[in-house]
Amino acid sequence: MSSAAEGTAFEPRIIAFLCNWCSYAGADGAGIARLESPACVLPVRVMCSGRVSPEMVLRAFRSGADGVLILACHIGDCHYNSGNHRTVKRVPLLRNLLSYVGINPERLGLDFVSSAEATRFAQVTTEFAEKIRSLGPLSQEVGEASAGG
Amino acid sequence: MMDAGRHRGIKLLTYSEVESVSGYVGNFTVRVRKHARSVREDICTGCGMCQEKCPTKVIDSVYEAGMGRRKAIYRPFGQAVPNIPVIDRDNCLYFTKGRCKVCQKVCPIGAIDYEQQDEFVDLNVGAIVIATGLALWDPTKLPQYSYGLSPNILTGIQFERLTSASGPTSGKILTAEGRQPKDVAILHCVGSRDEHAHTYCSRICCMYSLKHAHQVRDKTGANVYDFHMDVRAFGKAYDEYYQRVQEEGVTFVRGRGAEVQVLPSGRLRVKAEDTDLGRPLTVEVDMVILATAVEAQPDASKIASLFGVGRTADGFFAEAHPKLRPVETNTAGVFLAGSCQAPRDVLDTVAHASAAAMEVVRLFNRGKVIVSPTVARINAEDCVGCGDCIPVCPYSAISRGSDGKAVINPTLCQGCGTCVAACPANAIDALHFTNEELVAQVDGLLAAAL
Repeated sequence: MSSAAEGTAFEPRIIAFLCNWCSYAGADGAGIARLESPACVLPVRVMCSGRVSPEMVLRAFRSGADGVLILACHIGDCHYNSGNHRTVKRVPLLRNLLSYVGINPERLGLDFVSSAEATRFAQVTTEFAEKIRSLGPLSQEVGEASAGG
Repeated sequence: MMDAGRHRGIKLLTYSEVESVSGYVGNFTVRVRKHARSVREDICTGCGMCQEKCPTKVIDSVYEAGMGRRKAIYRPFGQAVPNIPVIDRDNCLYFTKGRCKVCQKVCPIGAIDYEQQDEFVDLNVGAIVIATGLALWDPTKLPQYSYGLSPNILTGIQFERLTSASGPTSGKILTAEGRQPKDVAILHCVGSRDEHAHTYCSRICCMYSLKHAHQVRDKTGANVYDFHMDVRAFGKAYDEYYQRVQEEGVTFVRGRGAEVQVLPSGRLRVKAEDTDLGRPLTVEVDMVILATAVEAQPDASKIASLFGVGRTADGFFAEAHPKLRPVETNTAGVFLAGSCQAPRDVLDTVAHASAAAMEVVRLFNRGKVIVSPTVARINAEDCVGCGDCIPVCPYSAISRGSDGKAVINPTLCQGCGTCVAACPANAIDALHFTNEELVAQVDGLLAAAL
């Protein structure tokens, strides 16, 4: 709100961890198809969503990300058979940890995009960016939390 | 098939199933369950006496597509290799009611063995080719085709039996009433290119439907109506064949057959839209042939997890790359051949299978395995030996060394990095995707986006 009131619309910075086989290829497909996806979503390629350690997510928030989005293969489609199952188990735990330290757990997103789903990639990233935009900057939230508590 | 059966370098294990697979490229151990045939393979001469005398007849839903019968002791079809029958224990009188034993009495060499048990064979192999083929989609799933409501509504495979010299009518094209049809409708894309069934093109149906149209014209002279959205005659000499069938007087209607109705008279009414004329069309026929979709085998997911192979959204096994690596899978040493990977006609299957065979030869000729450098590496100094990484590895690439610390087999490791994220001691790193590299990327991206 405040930043919008100042006249400069808040543009979040979002780190998106994309797995090499599904979502990264989906992002590639979105690019090839000239689909529009938000520029504030900054892609980091990993081999598998299962590679995204909790430390890496926390590191992204610490380095100033307003949101972190993990895009995995659909369940059953993981190139490594079960990597995304690990991710699906990890994310809720990590969300608990985030709310414990005063970060809105909504800022950590998990979704599934196959290599053929270019349109879905554009849609998921656009929606996530919109959500983070409405949540405002992380610095403000953490500031409020520490001021309140 | 006979050549494969006789080949010195080929060992056929029929009526067998893979139970488990372990190991890695160049060194797989495959456990195979040989189902009990109740016939001794080592002495049976394949004379066929047992089959002839067996009193139990069973509807053959596999080879005869429900249009013919087989005995309870049978060979799947005439040219089956090996030429050794099997007892279908679910239908055999001896196995169901405890009496009969006719086959044992008539067998001249005593090859019938009712006590035979399943056997297990362990094979040590360097490479695996999966060639499990495809299944046919069940047209009862879309009731507008009325499949099953009239014996004159056939699937393509049933028509194949009807027109085959070894089929139930000795190759005469007859309706269930035993008459030659005067009008026949052929419907393309039944279950294919249809968002209510399979969205993909089944690839083989256009050409076999043209063949069926030709056979009906040739053998009966009946009027043939061929309902299609478009005819995909994509191969060498295929379009010429299409033109020939057009010249033979087949009526091609551009428009998907929308509905088949069974009339009280027993005749069949096909409704469609003729998109060339832009108006609905109805024809009454004596026989309808549905070119049903092909789909992945019902046990494809089981096979996929046995061999560590992925599947694409259509259910078929996933190739390593849709254009550049069409016969490899993402598990090194496991290859795909034929329509287990995608719908294929004979020509394409032969090409694909030859490619798979060559990939195996290439692998073996090299004598060495090239592994990707993108693997996980354990820093033994930091490893506390907790073992948390071992169960998370999808490839069983991690084991404990003699010192209790984790050891990664780089041949098995595919570099997913799941163990890296699971390691509580930060003792594992994924080469080419190290923590340091990822942190630098994250920090750099965020700094640049300010």
